[in-house]
Amino acid sequence: MDSALIPEGVKRAPLWKFLLSIAVVSVVLLWGVFAMLLCWIKGLNQTNMNNAYGFALWIWADLAVIALGGGAFFTGFLRYVVGKDLLKNIINYAVLIGFICYSSALLILAIDIGQPLRGWFIFWHANVHSMLTEVAFCLSVYFAVLTVEYIPLILENRQLNKVPFLHNLAHNMHEIMAVFAATGAFLSFFHQGSLGGVAGVLFGRPFGYREGVLIWPWTFFLFTWSAAAAGPSFTIFVTRLTEIITGKTLVKQNVIDLLAKISGWMLLTYIIAKIGDTLYWAFVTAPSKGMALGQFYTQNPGSVYGYWILFAEVVVCGVLPALILITKRGRSNRKMLFTAVTLAAIGVCLNRWVMVLQVLAIPMLPFQSWNMYFPSWQEIATTVLPVAYGVILIMISYRYLPVFPQERELNPVD
Amino acid sequence: MIPFNFEWIWDMGHMVFHGGLWYALAIIGMGMTYCVIKAAVDTAKGKGGQHH
Repeated sequence: MDSALIPEGVKRAPLWKFLLSIAVVSVVLLWGVFAMLLCWIKGLNQTNMNNAYGFALWIWADLAVIALGGGAFFTGFLRYVVGKDLLKNIINYAVLIGFICYSSALLILAIDIGQPLRGWFIFWHANVHSMLTEVAFCLSVYFAVLTVEYIPLILENRQLNKVPFLHNLAHNMHEIMAVFAATGAFLSFFHQGSLGGVAGVLFGRPFGYREGVLIWPWTFFLFTWSAAAAGPSFTIFVTRLTEIITGKTLVKQNVIDLLAKISGWMLLTYIIAKIGDTLYWAFVTAPSKGMALGQFYTQNPGSVYGYWILFAEVVVCGVLPALILITKRGRSNRKMLFTAVTLAAIGVCLNRWVMVLQVLAIPMLPFQSWNMYFPSWQEIATTVLPVAYGVILIMISYRYLPVFPQERELNPVD
Repeated sequence: MIPFNFEWIWDMGHMVFHGGLWYALAIIGMGMTYCVIKAAVDTAKGKGGQHH
Protein backbone atom coordinates (compact mmCIF):
# COMPACT_ATOMS: atom_id res chain seq x y z
CA MET A 1 0.00 0.00 0.00
CA ASP A 2 2.83 2.38 0.85
CA SER A 3 5.21 0.93 -1.73
CA ALA A 4 5.16 4.16 -3.76
CA LEU A 5 6.87 5.92 -0.86
CA ILE A 6 9.63 3.35 -0.34
CA PRO A 7 12.98 4.15 -2.03
CA GLU A 8 13.52 2.41 -5.36
CA GLY A 9 15.48 -0.82 -5.50
CA VAL A 10 15.32 -1.69 -1.81
CA LYS A 11 13.22 -4.19 0.10
CA ARG A 12 11.23 -3.32 3.22
CA ALA A 13 9.13 -5.34 5.69
CA PRO A 14 5.38 -5.74 4.97
CA LEU A 15 3.30 -2.78 6.09
CA TRP A 16 1.45 -4.74 8.81
CA LYS A 17 4.74 -5.77 10.37
CA PHE A 18 6.01 -2.20 10.27
CA LEU A 19 2.83 -0.81 11.84
CA LEU A 20 2.82 -3.53 14.51
CA SER A 21 6.42 -2.68 15.44
CA ILE A 22 5.53 1.02 15.64
CA ALA A 23 2.54 0.16 17.85
CA VAL A 24 4.70 -1.86 20.26
CA VAL A 25 7.25 0.96 20.65
CA SER A 26 4.41 3.47 20.93
CA VAL A 27 3.28 1.80 24.17
CA VAL A 28 6.60 2.80 25.73
CA LEU A 29 6.31 6.22 24.13
CA LEU A 30 2.85 6.76 25.63
CA TRP A 31 4.11 5.70 29.07
CA GLY A 32 6.72 8.45 28.78
CA VAL A 33 4.19 10.99 27.51
CA PHE A 34 1.93 10.18 30.49
CA ALA A 35 4.82 10.79 32.91
CA MET A 36 5.73 13.97 31.04
CA LEU A 37 2.19 15.29 31.38
CA LEU A 38 2.24 14.47 35.10
CA CYS A 39 5.42 16.54 35.48
CA TRP A 40 3.92 19.43 33.53
CA ILE A 41 0.51 19.36 35.21
CA LYS A 42 1.50 18.50 38.79
CA GLY A 43 5.02 19.93 38.78
CA LEU A 44 8.51 18.76 39.72
CA ASN A 45 7.19 17.15 42.92
CA GLN A 46 6.78 14.12 40.65
CA THR A 47 10.56 13.68 40.73
CA ASN A 48 12.96 12.61 43.48
CA MET A 49 15.05 15.74 43.01
CA ASN A 50 15.64 17.72 46.18
CA ASN A 51 17.86 20.47 47.59
CA ALA A 52 20.94 18.25 47.13
CA TYR A 53 19.98 17.17 43.62
CA GLY A 54 18.90 20.14 41.54
CA PHE A 55 20.54 18.24 38.67
CA ALA A 56 19.60 14.58 38.44
CA LEU A 57 18.68 11.85 35.95
CA TRP A 58 17.35 14.26 33.33
CA ILE A 59 20.53 16.35 33.23
CA TRP A 60 22.62 13.19 32.99
CA ALA A 61 20.40 12.00 30.12
CA ASP A 62 20.79 15.40 28.49
CA LEU A 63 24.56 15.37 28.72
CA ALA A 64 24.74 11.74 27.61
CA VAL A 65 22.55 12.12 24.49
CA ILE A 66 24.36 15.33 23.55
CA ALA A 67 27.70 13.51 23.77
CA LEU A 68 26.38 10.51 21.83
CA GLY A 69 24.84 12.82 19.25
CA GLY A 70 28.31 14.34 18.77
CA GLY A 71 28.75 11.88 15.90
CA ALA A 72 26.68 14.23 13.74
CA PHE A 73 28.86 17.29 14.16
CA PHE A 74 32.15 15.44 14.03
CA THR A 75 31.24 13.26 11.05
CA GLY A 76 29.85 16.37 9.32
CA PHE A 77 33.08 18.21 10.09
CA LEU A 78 35.15 15.33 8.68
CA ARG A 79 32.96 14.95 5.59
CA TYR A 80 32.40 18.58 4.60
CA VAL A 81 35.28 20.55 6.14
CA VAL A 82 38.18 18.05 6.25
CA GLY A 83 37.02 16.38 3.03
CA LYS A 84 36.72 12.71 4.02
CA ASP A 85 34.48 11.93 1.06
CA LEU A 86 34.02 8.27 1.99
CA LEU A 87 31.90 9.32 4.95
CA LYS A 88 29.11 10.47 2.60
CA ASN A 89 27.89 6.88 2.94
CA ILE A 90 27.16 7.21 6.64
CA ILE A 91 26.60 10.96 7.09
CA ASN A 92 22.81 10.70 6.61
CA TYR A 93 22.51 8.27 9.48
CA ALA A 94 24.88 10.31 11.65
CA VAL A 95 22.66 13.36 11.04
CA LEU A 96 19.50 11.38 11.82
CA ILE A 97 21.00 10.07 15.07
CA GLY A 98 22.19 13.58 15.96
CA PHE A 99 18.74 14.99 15.19
CA ILE A 100 17.14 12.43 17.49
CA CYS A 101 19.69 13.03 20.26
CA TYR A 102 19.38 16.82 20.20
CA SER A 103 15.58 16.89 19.91
CA SER A 104 15.54 14.45 22.85
CA ALA A 105 17.82 16.73 24.85
CA LEU A 106 15.55 19.70 24.19
CA LEU A 107 12.47 17.65 25.11
CA ILE A 108 14.03 16.55 28.40
CA LEU A 109 15.01 20.14 29.15
CA ALA A 110 11.45 21.26 28.45
CA ILE A 111 10.30 18.86 31.19
CA ASP A 112 13.19 19.65 33.53
CA ILE A 113 12.70 23.41 33.64
CA GLY A 114 9.35 22.87 35.33
CA GLN A 115 7.68 25.81 33.62
CA PRO A 116 8.12 25.23 29.87
CA LEU A 117 6.00 28.30 29.13
CA ARG A 118 8.92 30.36 30.40
CA GLY A 119 11.54 28.42 28.45
CA TRP A 120 12.17 31.40 26.18
CA PHE A 121 13.36 33.51 29.15
CA ILE A 122 16.85 32.03 28.83
CA PHE A 123 17.13 33.66 25.40
CA TRP A 124 15.24 36.87 26.04
CA HIS A 125 16.67 37.63 29.51
CA ALA A 126 20.01 35.87 29.03
CA ASN A 127 22.49 35.72 31.89
CA VAL A 128 25.70 36.29 29.97
CA HIS A 129 27.86 35.10 32.90
CA SER A 130 26.44 31.58 32.80
CA MET A 131 27.90 28.66 30.87
CA LEU A 132 24.38 27.21 30.72
CA THR A 133 23.25 30.24 28.71
CA GLU A 134 25.91 29.40 26.15
CA VAL A 135 24.69 25.80 26.21
CA ALA A 136 21.08 26.89 25.67
CA PHE A 137 22.05 29.16 22.77
CA CYS A 138 24.32 26.67 21.02
CA LEU A 139 22.05 23.69 21.69
CA SER A 140 18.96 25.23 20.16
CA VAL A 141 20.80 26.81 17.23
CA TYR A 142 22.66 23.56 16.55
CA PHE A 143 19.33 21.74 16.58
CA ALA A 144 18.26 24.17 13.84
CA VAL A 145 21.43 23.20 11.93
CA LEU A 146 20.62 19.50 12.33
CA THR A 147 17.10 20.15 11.08
CA VAL A 148 18.57 21.90 8.04
CA GLU A 149 20.85 18.89 7.50
CA TYR A 150 17.94 16.44 7.88
CA ILE A 151 15.54 18.29 5.53
CA PRO A 152 17.33 17.32 2.26
CA LEU A 153 17.06 13.67 3.26
CA ILE A 154 13.29 14.05 3.76
CA LEU A 155 13.02 15.86 0.42
CA GLU A 156 14.76 12.92 -1.27
CA ASN A 157 11.77 10.73 -0.52
CA ARG A 158 10.69 9.06 -3.75
CA GLN A 159 7.46 11.06 -4.08
CA LEU A 160 8.64 14.39 -2.67
CA ASN A 161 11.63 14.34 -5.00
CA LYS A 162 9.27 14.36 -7.98
CA VAL A 163 8.16 17.88 -7.07
CA PRO A 164 10.60 20.14 -9.01
CA PHE A 165 10.82 22.85 -6.34
CA LEU A 166 11.54 20.36 -3.55
CA HIS A 167 14.04 18.52 -5.75
CA ASN A 168 15.86 21.80 -6.45
CA LEU A 169 15.71 22.81 -2.80
CA ALA A 170 17.31 19.54 -1.68
CA HIS A 171 19.97 19.91 -4.38
CA ASN A 172 20.79 23.50 -3.35
CA MET A 173 20.94 22.58 0.34
CA HIS A 174 23.40 19.80 -0.46
CA GLU A 175 25.55 22.27 -2.38
CA ILE A 176 26.08 24.60 0.58
CA MET A 177 25.96 21.93 3.28
CA ALA A 178 29.61 22.64 4.14
CA VAL A 179 28.55 26.07 5.45
CA PHE A 180 25.93 24.50 7.72
CA ALA A 181 28.30 21.73 8.80
CA ALA A 182 31.02 24.24 9.72
CA THR A 183 28.49 26.29 11.69
CA GLY A 184 27.39 23.10 13.44
CA ALA A 185 30.98 22.22 14.35
CA PHE A 186 31.50 25.73 15.78
CA LEU A 187 28.31 25.54 17.85
CA SER A 188 29.01 21.99 19.02
CA PHE A 189 32.51 22.83 20.16
CA PHE A 190 31.13 25.47 22.50
CA HIS A 191 28.05 23.74 23.89
CA GLN A 192 29.79 20.39 24.41
CA GLY A 193 32.57 22.27 26.15
CA SER A 194 30.35 24.47 28.26
CA LEU A 195 28.49 21.43 29.58
CA GLY A 196 31.84 20.25 30.92
CA GLY A 197 32.66 23.75 32.05
CA VAL A 198 29.62 23.80 34.33
CA ALA A 199 31.15 21.09 36.56
CA GLY A 200 34.68 22.44 36.16
CA VAL A 201 33.95 25.88 37.59
CA LEU A 202 32.35 24.55 40.80
CA PHE A 203 35.15 25.64 43.13
CA GLY A 204 32.98 24.71 46.12
CA ARG A 205 32.84 21.10 44.91
CA PRO A 206 36.40 19.84 44.47
CA PHE A 207 35.26 16.61 42.80
CA GLY A 208 34.19 18.58 39.75
CA TYR A 209 36.49 21.58 40.00
CA ARG A 210 39.41 21.86 37.59
CA GLU A 211 41.97 24.48 36.71
CA GLY A 212 42.22 25.52 33.08
CA VAL A 213 42.92 28.22 30.51
CA LEU A 214 41.45 31.72 30.94
CA ILE A 215 37.75 31.19 31.78
CA TRP A 216 37.68 27.56 30.56
CA PRO A 217 38.41 24.70 32.97
CA TRP A 218 40.02 21.55 31.53
CA THR A 219 36.65 19.81 31.64
CA PHE A 220 35.51 22.19 28.89
CA PHE A 221 38.01 20.69 26.45
CA LEU A 222 37.64 17.13 27.75
CA PHE A 223 33.88 17.17 27.17
CA THR A 224 34.23 18.38 23.56
CA TRP A 225 37.01 15.88 22.94
CA SER A 226 35.10 12.95 24.42
CA ALA A 227 31.97 13.80 22.41
CA ALA A 228 34.00 13.93 19.19
CA ALA A 229 35.54 10.56 20.14
CA ALA A 230 32.48 8.68 21.39
CA GLY A 231 29.90 10.25 19.04
CA PRO A 232 31.19 8.47 15.90
CA SER A 233 31.45 5.24 17.93
CA PHE A 234 27.77 5.58 18.82
CA THR A 235 26.94 6.16 15.15
CA ILE A 236 28.72 2.89 14.31
CA PHE A 237 26.95 1.16 17.21
CA VAL A 238 23.49 2.20 15.98
CA THR A 239 24.42 1.35 12.38
CA ARG A 240 25.50 -2.15 13.39
CA LEU A 241 22.36 -2.55 15.51
CA THR A 242 20.22 -1.52 12.53
CA GLU A 243 22.07 -4.03 10.36
CA ILE A 244 21.42 -6.80 12.90
CA ILE A 245 17.70 -5.94 13.12
CA THR A 246 17.19 -5.59 9.36
CA GLY A 247 19.43 -8.54 8.53
CA LYS A 248 21.26 -6.50 5.90
CA THR A 249 24.64 -4.90 5.39
CA LEU A 250 23.87 -1.21 5.02
CA VAL A 251 27.31 0.40 4.99
CA LYS A 252 30.51 -0.96 3.45
CA GLN A 253 33.24 -2.11 5.80
CA ASN A 254 35.77 0.46 4.53
CA VAL A 255 33.44 3.30 5.58
CA ILE A 256 32.93 1.83 9.05
CA ASP A 257 36.66 1.15 9.25
CA LEU A 258 37.56 4.79 8.52
CA LEU A 259 35.09 6.19 11.05
CA ALA A 260 36.12 3.63 13.67
CA LYS A 261 39.80 4.44 13.12
CA ILE A 262 39.20 8.18 13.57
CA SER A 263 37.02 7.51 16.61
CA GLY A 264 39.72 5.24 18.06
CA TRP A 265 42.50 7.80 17.73
CA MET A 266 40.27 10.52 19.15
CA LEU A 267 39.41 8.22 22.03
CA LEU A 268 43.05 7.31 22.68
CA THR A 269 44.22 10.93 22.72
CA TYR A 270 41.23 11.87 24.85
CA ILE A 271 41.86 9.14 27.39
CA ILE A 272 45.55 10.11 27.68
CA ALA A 273 44.46 13.70 28.38
CA LYS A 274 41.81 12.41 30.78
CA ILE A 275 44.36 10.33 32.71
CA GLY A 276 46.69 13.34 32.92
CA ASP A 277 43.82 15.53 34.10
CA THR A 278 42.74 12.95 36.69
CA LEU A 279 46.27 12.58 38.09
CA TYR A 280 46.78 16.34 38.38
CA TRP A 281 43.35 16.75 39.96
CA ALA A 282 43.91 13.87 42.40
CA PHE A 283 47.37 14.96 43.58
CA VAL A 284 47.32 18.74 43.20
CA THR A 285 43.87 20.33 42.69
CA ALA A 286 41.77 18.34 45.17
CA PRO A 287 44.37 18.45 48.02
CA SER A 288 44.70 22.23 47.50
CA LYS A 289 40.96 22.42 48.25
CA GLY A 290 41.35 20.35 51.43
CA MET A 291 40.13 17.03 50.01
CA ALA A 292 41.88 13.66 49.75
CA LEU A 293 41.18 11.32 46.84
CA GLY A 294 39.75 8.65 49.18
CA GLN A 295 36.97 11.00 50.28
CA PHE A 296 35.52 10.93 46.78
CA TYR A 297 35.42 7.16 46.43
CA THR A 298 35.01 5.54 49.84
CA GLN A 299 32.49 5.24 52.67
CA ASN A 300 29.45 5.70 50.45
CA PRO A 301 26.44 3.38 50.83
CA GLY A 302 26.90 0.14 48.91
CA SER A 303 30.11 1.46 47.29
CA VAL A 304 27.94 2.93 44.56
CA TYR A 305 30.71 5.44 43.92
CA GLY A 306 33.75 3.26 44.67
CA TYR A 307 37.07 3.32 42.83
CA TRP A 308 35.49 0.82 40.46
CA ILE A 309 33.62 3.63 38.71
CA LEU A 310 36.88 5.46 37.92
CA PHE A 311 38.46 2.22 36.68
CA ALA A 312 35.40 1.38 34.58
CA GLU A 313 35.30 4.81 32.97
CA VAL A 314 39.00 5.25 32.25
CA VAL A 315 40.29 1.72 31.64
CA VAL A 316 37.38 -0.56 30.64
CA CYS A 317 35.43 2.03 28.65
CA GLY A 318 38.35 4.23 27.61
CA VAL A 319 41.74 2.59 27.15
CA LEU A 320 40.34 -0.79 26.07
CA PRO A 321 38.02 0.38 23.25
CA ALA A 322 40.64 2.90 22.09
CA LEU A 323 43.23 0.13 21.70
CA ILE A 324 40.77 -2.06 19.82
CA LEU A 325 39.71 0.74 17.47
CA ILE A 326 43.21 1.90 16.52
CA THR A 327 44.26 -1.58 15.39
CA LYS A 328 43.31 -2.91 11.96
CA ARG A 329 42.72 -6.35 13.45
CA GLY A 330 40.34 -4.99 16.08
CA ARG A 331 38.33 -3.01 13.56
CA SER A 332 38.02 -5.82 11.04
CA ASN A 333 36.61 -8.26 13.62
CA ARG A 334 32.87 -7.49 13.77
CA LYS A 335 32.41 -8.66 17.35
CA MET A 336 35.43 -6.79 18.65
CA LEU A 337 34.42 -3.65 16.79
CA PHE A 338 30.89 -3.85 18.19
CA THR A 339 32.26 -4.39 21.71
CA ALA A 340 34.63 -1.44 21.36
CA VAL A 341 32.03 1.04 20.10
CA THR A 342 29.58 -0.14 22.78
CA LEU A 343 32.20 0.39 25.51
CA ALA A 344 33.11 3.81 24.12
CA ALA A 345 29.44 4.88 24.22
CA ILE A 346 29.01 3.52 27.77
CA GLY A 347 32.23 5.26 28.80
CA VAL A 348 31.06 8.71 27.78
CA CYS A 349 27.69 8.12 29.51
CA LEU A 350 29.53 7.03 32.65
CA ASN A 351 31.68 10.15 32.51
CA ARG A 352 28.59 12.35 32.29
CA TRP A 353 26.97 10.44 35.19
CA VAL A 354 30.02 10.98 37.36
CA MET A 355 30.29 14.67 36.48
CA VAL A 356 26.61 15.29 37.22
CA LEU A 357 25.56 12.85 39.95
CA GLN A 358 28.73 11.96 41.85
CA VAL A 359 29.62 15.66 42.10
CA LEU A 360 26.38 16.20 44.02
CA ALA A 361 26.59 12.98 46.07
CA ILE A 362 29.90 13.75 47.82
CA PRO A 363 29.62 15.41 51.27
CA MET A 364 31.31 18.81 51.34
CA LEU A 365 31.25 19.52 55.08
CA PRO A 366 32.49 17.30 57.95
CA PHE A 367 29.01 16.83 59.44
CA GLN A 368 27.40 15.86 56.13
CA SER A 369 26.89 12.36 54.82
CA TRP A 370 26.69 11.13 51.22
CA ASN A 371 23.62 12.37 49.35
CA MET A 372 22.11 9.36 47.65
CA TYR A 373 19.44 9.58 44.97
CA PHE A 374 17.23 7.21 43.04
CA PRO A 375 14.97 8.58 40.31
CA SER A 376 11.18 8.35 40.50
CA TRP A 377 9.31 6.28 37.91
CA GLN A 378 8.22 9.52 36.25
CA GLU A 379 11.86 10.51 35.77
CA ILE A 380 12.69 7.08 34.38
CA ALA A 381 9.67 7.06 32.04
CA THR A 382 10.46 10.51 30.67
CA THR A 383 14.07 9.44 30.13
CA VAL A 384 12.98 6.31 28.26
CA LEU A 385 10.53 8.40 26.20
CA PRO A 386 13.22 9.84 23.87
CA VAL A 387 14.58 6.34 23.25
CA ALA A 388 11.15 5.19 22.06
CA TYR A 389 10.77 8.35 19.99
CA GLY A 390 14.20 7.77 18.47
CA VAL A 391 13.40 4.17 17.55
CA ILE A 392 10.16 5.26 15.85
CA LEU A 393 11.88 8.05 13.90
CA ILE A 394 14.62 5.69 12.77
CA MET A 395 12.02 3.13 11.67
CA ILE A 396 10.07 5.69 9.65
CA SER A 397 13.21 7.26 8.15
CA TYR A 398 14.71 3.89 7.24
CA ARG A 399 11.50 2.79 5.56
CA TYR A 400 10.75 5.87 3.52
CA LEU A 401 14.03 7.75 3.04
CA PRO A 402 17.29 6.87 1.26
CA VAL A 403 19.29 6.90 4.50
CA PHE A 404 21.97 4.46 3.34
CA PRO A 405 23.30 5.28 -0.15
CA GLN A 406 25.07 1.91 -0.42
CA GLU A 407 22.07 -0.22 0.57
CA ARG A 408 20.89 -0.92 -2.99
CA GLU A 409 24.35 -2.02 -4.12
CA LEU A 410 24.94 -4.20 -1.05
CA ASN A 411 21.47 -5.81 -1.10
CA PRO A 412 20.34 -6.25 -4.72
CA VAL A 413 16.64 -7.09 -5.07
CA ASP A 414 15.97 -10.03 -7.38
CA MET B 1 18.55 39.02 23.42
CA ILE B 2 18.18 42.34 21.64
CA PRO B 3 19.44 45.79 22.65
CA PHE B 4 15.86 46.95 23.29
CA ASN B 5 15.51 44.64 26.32
CA PHE B 6 15.55 46.63 29.56
CA GLU B 7 18.45 44.63 31.04
CA TRP B 8 20.68 44.97 27.98
CA ILE B 9 24.13 46.48 28.59
CA TRP B 10 26.72 47.16 25.89
CA ASP B 11 29.46 45.18 27.64
CA MET B 12 31.82 42.43 26.46
CA GLY B 13 29.61 39.62 27.84
CA HIS B 14 26.53 40.71 25.91
CA MET B 15 28.46 41.40 22.74
CA VAL B 16 30.28 38.05 22.73
CA PHE B 17 27.28 35.91 23.73
CA HIS B 18 24.68 37.61 21.58
CA GLY B 19 27.14 38.37 18.79
CA GLY B 20 27.83 34.64 18.50
CA LEU B 21 24.13 33.82 18.61
CA TRP B 22 23.13 36.30 15.93
CA TYR B 23 26.15 35.39 13.80
CA ALA B 24 25.11 31.71 13.76
CA LEU B 25 21.43 32.56 13.22
CA ALA B 26 22.38 34.90 10.36
CA ILE B 27 24.40 32.17 8.60
CA ILE B 28 21.54 29.66 8.90
CA GLY B 29 18.93 32.25 7.88
CA MET B 30 20.88 33.55 4.90
CA GLY B 31 21.86 30.03 3.84
CA MET B 32 18.27 28.83 3.83
CA THR B 33 17.02 32.01 2.12
CA TYR B 34 19.61 31.50 -0.64
CA CYS B 35 18.54 27.85 -1.07
CA VAL B 36 14.82 28.67 -1.23
CA ILE B 37 15.24 31.58 -3.65
CA LYS B 38 17.62 29.61 -5.91
CA ALA B 39 15.23 26.64 -5.85
CA ALA B 40 12.37 28.93 -6.91
CA VAL B 41 14.48 30.44 -9.73
CA ASP B 42 15.68 26.99 -10.86
CA THR B 43 12.10 25.70 -10.86
CA ALA B 44 10.94 28.69 -12.88
CA LYS B 45 13.68 27.89 -15.41
CA GLY B 46 12.32 24.37 -15.70
CA LYS B 47 15.10 22.55 -13.86
CA GLY B 48 14.48 19.63 -11.52
CA GLY B 49 11.89 16.89 -11.43
CA GLN B 50 14.43 14.18 -12.18
CA HIS B 51 16.95 12.40 -10.00
CA HIS B 52 20.50 13.60 -10.32
